[in-house]
Amino acid sequence: MSEQNTSSVAYVRDTMLPQQPAPSNQTGALKWMRENLFSGWLNTVLTLAGIGLVYWLVTHFYPWFAHSVWDANSLKECREIVTTAYGADATGACWGVIRERWHQFMFGFYDPALYWRPLLTFGLLLVVIGPILFTENQRNRAAFMVFGGLFALVSMALVGTSAAILALSAGIMAATGALIFGRFAYAMLAAAAFPLVAIFLLWGGSAWTVLFIGFGFVIGWLLLSGFARMGSIIAVVAAIVGTILFWLISGGAFGTDHLFGGQSLVEALASAVPLSIEAQGSDRFGGFLLAVTIGVGGIAMSLPMGVVLALGRQSNMFLIKSLSVIFIEFIRGVPLITLLFVASLLLNYFLPPGTQFDIILRVMILVTMFSAAYIAEVVRGGLAALPRGQYEAADALGLDYWRAQRLIILPQALKISIPGIVSTFIGMFKDTTLVVFVGLFDPLKGIPDFIRSVFEWKGIYWEPFVFVGLIFFIFNFSMSRYSMYLENRLKRDHR
Amino acid sequence: MTEPHFEREVDRSHMKVSDEVAIRIENMNKWYGAFHVLRDINLTVNQGERIVIAGPSGSGKSTMIRCINRLEEHQAGKIIVDGTELSSDLKNIDKVRSEVGMVFQHFNLFPHLTILENCTLAPIWVRKIPKKEAIETAMYFLEKVKIPDQAHKYPGQLSGGQQQRVAIARSLCMKPRIMLFDEPTSALDPEMIKEVLDTMIELAEEGMTMLCVTHEMGFAQAVANRVIFMDQGQIVEQNNPHDFFHNPQSERTKLFLSQILGH
Amino acid sequence: MTTSPDVPNQGFRLSQLIYDTRYRSLTIQTITLILVLMGFGWLIDNTIQNLEVLGKDFNFSFLWNRAGYDVGQTLIPYTNDSTHARAALVGLFNTLWVSFLGCFAATVLGIFVGVLRLSHNWLIARIMTVFVEVFRNIPVLMWILISLAVLTEASPQPRDFKVNPETGVANAEMLLFDSVAITNRYTAVPSADFTRGFAPIETPLAPISVNFLICLGVVLASIWANKRLLAHATVIQETSGVRPVTWWKSALILFAPLVMVLYALGFDIHEPVLKGFNFTDGTNVSNALVALWLGLTLYTASYIAEIVRAGIMAVSKGQSEAASALGLRPNRTMKLVILPQALRVIVPPLISQYLNLTKNSSLAIAVGYADLRATLGGTTLNQTGRELESILLMMLIYLAISLTISGVMNLYNRSVKLKER
Repeated sequence: MSEQNTSSVAYVRDTMLPQQPAPSNQTGALKWMRENLFSGWLNTVLTLAGIGLVYWLVTHFYPWFAHSVWDANSLKECREIVTTAYGADATGACWGVIRERWHQFMFGFYDPALYWRPLLTFGLLLVVIGPILFTENQRNRAAFMVFGGLFALVSMALVGTSAAILALSAGIMAATGALIFGRFAYAMLAAAAFPLVAIFLLWGGSAWTVLFIGFGFVIGWLLLSGFARMGSIIAVVAAIVGTILFWLISGGAFGTDHLFGGQSLVEALASAVPLSIEAQGSDRFGGFLLAVTIGVGGIAMSLPMGVVLALGRQSNMFLIKSLSVIFIEFIRGVPLITLLFVASLLLNYFLPPGTQFDIILRVMILVTMFSAAYIAEVVRGGLAALPRGQYEAADALGLDYWRAQRLIILPQALKISIPGIVSTFIGMFKDTTLVVFVGLFDPLKGIPDFIRSVFEWKGIYWEPFVFVGLIFFIFNFSMSRYSMYLENRLKRDHR
Repeated sequence: MTEPHFEREVDRSHMKVSDEVAIRIENMNKWYGAFHVLRDINLTVNQGERIVIAGPSGSGKSTMIRCINRLEEHQAGKIIVDGTELSSDLKNIDKVRSEVGMVFQHFNLFPHLTILENCTLAPIWVRKIPKKEAIETAMYFLEKVKIPDQAHKYPGQLSGGQQQRVAIARSLCMKPRIMLFDEPTSALDPEMIKEVLDTMIELAEEGMTMLCVTHEMGFAQAVANRVIFMDQGQIVEQNNPHDFFHNPQSERTKLFLSQILGH
Repeated sequence: MTTSPDVPNQGFRLSQLIYDTRYRSLTIQTITLILVLMGFGWLIDNTIQNLEVLGKDFNFSFLWNRAGYDVGQTLIPYTNDSTHARAALVGLFNTLWVSFLGCFAATVLGIFVGVLRLSHNWLIARIMTVFVEVFRNIPVLMWILISLAVLTEASPQPRDFKVNPETGVANAEMLLFDSVAITNRYTAVPSADFTRGFAPIETPLAPISVNFLICLGVVLASIWANKRLLAHATVIQETSGVRPVTWWKSALILFAPLVMVLYALGFDIHEPVLKGFNFTDGTNVSNALVALWLGLTLYTASYIAEIVRAGIMAVSKGQSEAASALGLRPNRTMKLVILPQALRVIVPPLISQYLNLTKNSSLAIAVGYADLRATLGGTTLNQTGRELESILLMMLIYLAISLTISGVMNLYNRSVKLKER
């Protein structure tokens, strides 16, 4: 053929060539340095600048860390120790303040004998959310739950909890963990019940209040499933009305308190069968206990509200959509601090005269509204990311709106949204420090200011910053890594 | 994978292989870290040749043609394109790249530019051709790939097959002497493969020097003058299409062909 | 629900309100509206009762009363004889000012860090990663407080800058060629004035500097002229193919007129000079502003760095490969192919970071900077006892700022939306 190459070379290889090592100038540390640090003049300059920066940081901060003093009871004492040991010009970190006051950074003014209660709550939280955070990987889930439980137990032991309570706590966490480990539905149920347990453990007092709040939800759920056949609207209305009526009646409304000699049903039960533990008022909350309580509580309560707002924003109904948009945009458009001022200064205006309630609860209501607006946007993203086919398939199966949302749309949309929810939580957790401006003792400014108000620790700035900053960093960094892990897994699943 | 499905006879009257060497690769080796991806590649391509490179995935065929316009760097041996040796010298790289066109598996059109702007960008900024002239050239090639009426649309508005034809036109606007195709039809739906292959056949009919990594064996039989089979980073067998498909010599080639054509 | 089972052919049954898709959504919306109105009614009723109990009313006339307090730093003229409204305006300007400074610095720093994080230089990439992770995982409040602590606790007093006549050295040194002095009370920076300038125009809001307007006009004119120059260069490129060299012409057009005008107006920079125990001649910026600005900048820059990095990474490797294969050099590839695509990804989240920074500027409360929260939502609120009015007004102002910023973002999004099938 004319178009054939004249030198047409039929060629067959007889023996395959083996892998050969790369030439020596292509491997090794030298090559690595040439490629990664000194490839070109710009890179060399950058590398030298980087080395300079690191050197500067080390020479400025290393001595301060190296001259750490733990064993001192005042800033003055610290300085004396550093001066005698390292000379007059030496600086040194005074960790004595952390040693003496760590419990206030962690628990605020909570009764030291009861430190096990917040710790058990935290351990239970980790155990309960394990199955929800790690749905796919059994090993990671088990590791997370066991580590969470052990972490709580070790911390409890370190703060001097009695053996009996340790054993009881270990039993509770182990039993809960075993019950929910392989059963996602149980885990969701446990997560739903957890807030009530947490309220009881953290604030203490009578168990009856918490139990009746829980009964209210159970009654609501029973009404919801009982009326389900009459259509979703009627069922929802029945459930809400029934629950509220139950709470009002058990709280002594509609004259029911006359039945129990001027007491409400709950109070009467509490005096007859006193199921209570020592109460700890909100004024005792502070430090990271306060930050975690507000952060976790705010996110937990805002999730349902955020989902409803997201669905509302997606709705075809003009009024529902507008209300959702107005709420979301209003909340997202103002700084959190103004909302906290609403909590501390304005909320009492909006409620019936004479209503007085707890500042932490007021802050939590506003924080919940705040994070709900952000969660709504995250969930909206998740809903938008679902292929249209999912909605059409749900319609085609003849599911009504709520069933379609509950069974098909939301489970998928929420799964996509988890990384965003975690990011929102990180943001929330950082923002909890703002509660200092409405008079609460956050770990970053409230507690250190309080400690500095004592003569011994007047003028101690850097050590509390480093300590609190480190804890925030560990929390948030690990959560953001978890969120990245999820995002990568989602991307992989979608391929 | 597919038998030839070209209705028309391929016009071979302009397919002339000259003695002039277009690409010469001598003892070329490449490593990714410690992994030896390309082992002792020797290949001479004359002006006007149409070479199809086949092989299992991971055999280094894409890497090899990406070395030819230095999208990948080789570590040992020589690559000489049109008399210019590829080294770290930027001038040489620029010279080679302006003579070698490349078409990618995923088209890689610039989504923020219109089809016409995609085609005129490089001629204006690299060849320094006046805009009017560049547009004329672009329209000429867009007509050749049969999508002149889409010139003012954006890539996102076109089908995959249309996008790949634009990508071919975009390369041709630089008036390259050699065209490299890196699995140009792998990302396309079956009904669009043909329109892209037709465009490539027309290009071959005009005497373009082509190196084509592809699994379209029908295309290889209809157009190629040489088929190269690669495995484990080395050239295992090469022959004219007829002998390659009907009388493969090495066991690896036979195995590969039975897998790709066998069913 | 009451239904009439014996008349199936009746035109309308009440149950249709719930079960008929035609009426269902109307029913739900009506119920919602009633519930929402009831809820609002309840809240408003409570508020009215509470106000009555406290003997207060709801009106904004207090805004026109004499404020009676001083504000540390003001951008517009203000005395304690001014009204509360003017105090609020002072606060608003201060909020906008620190937000502007913060957005500007955070953008510069964020781009710098984000681009370097993508660098092939192993060491630099690691350092930038540490920067990003440290600054964004710790609350912004902490960065503001640390900045303030560094300025007030770890900085020298102004008098430490005095050269000791015996040793010939001072205890503290100024930065940036002796133009900036960081002290524990303020940061002294150079100030500028016009020795041959025009007198400012007095307006009820604030005096407007004619000199500044002239300079602004000249800068805008120069930018316009430069655009013309570049357009002209493009025309030449389109006809001849070769793009003429423009950088020195651009530099001349952009800077020469401004320099001449500044000279004509007698522009003069005064570096801060230590006189006695204080710096004079320059401007002494309060440490509250510097600390707030620094904290907001560092925190937001870490987010912007991530946005920039993600934006550049979002442009697939194939794009730069295709550009290289066409013979485009790396800098052209960046300008013509990568950046136009990356900016579409970068700008929207960037603007929402500006929004966040503006909202976070309300943390001025931690350092005592006189922002909107400190005047209207702080001293004014406390002095007049008008919590309801002050906080509502403050929230509305913040909301207006936010909506303006997100409006700009939506405009941008609409203008660059990629056309898809």
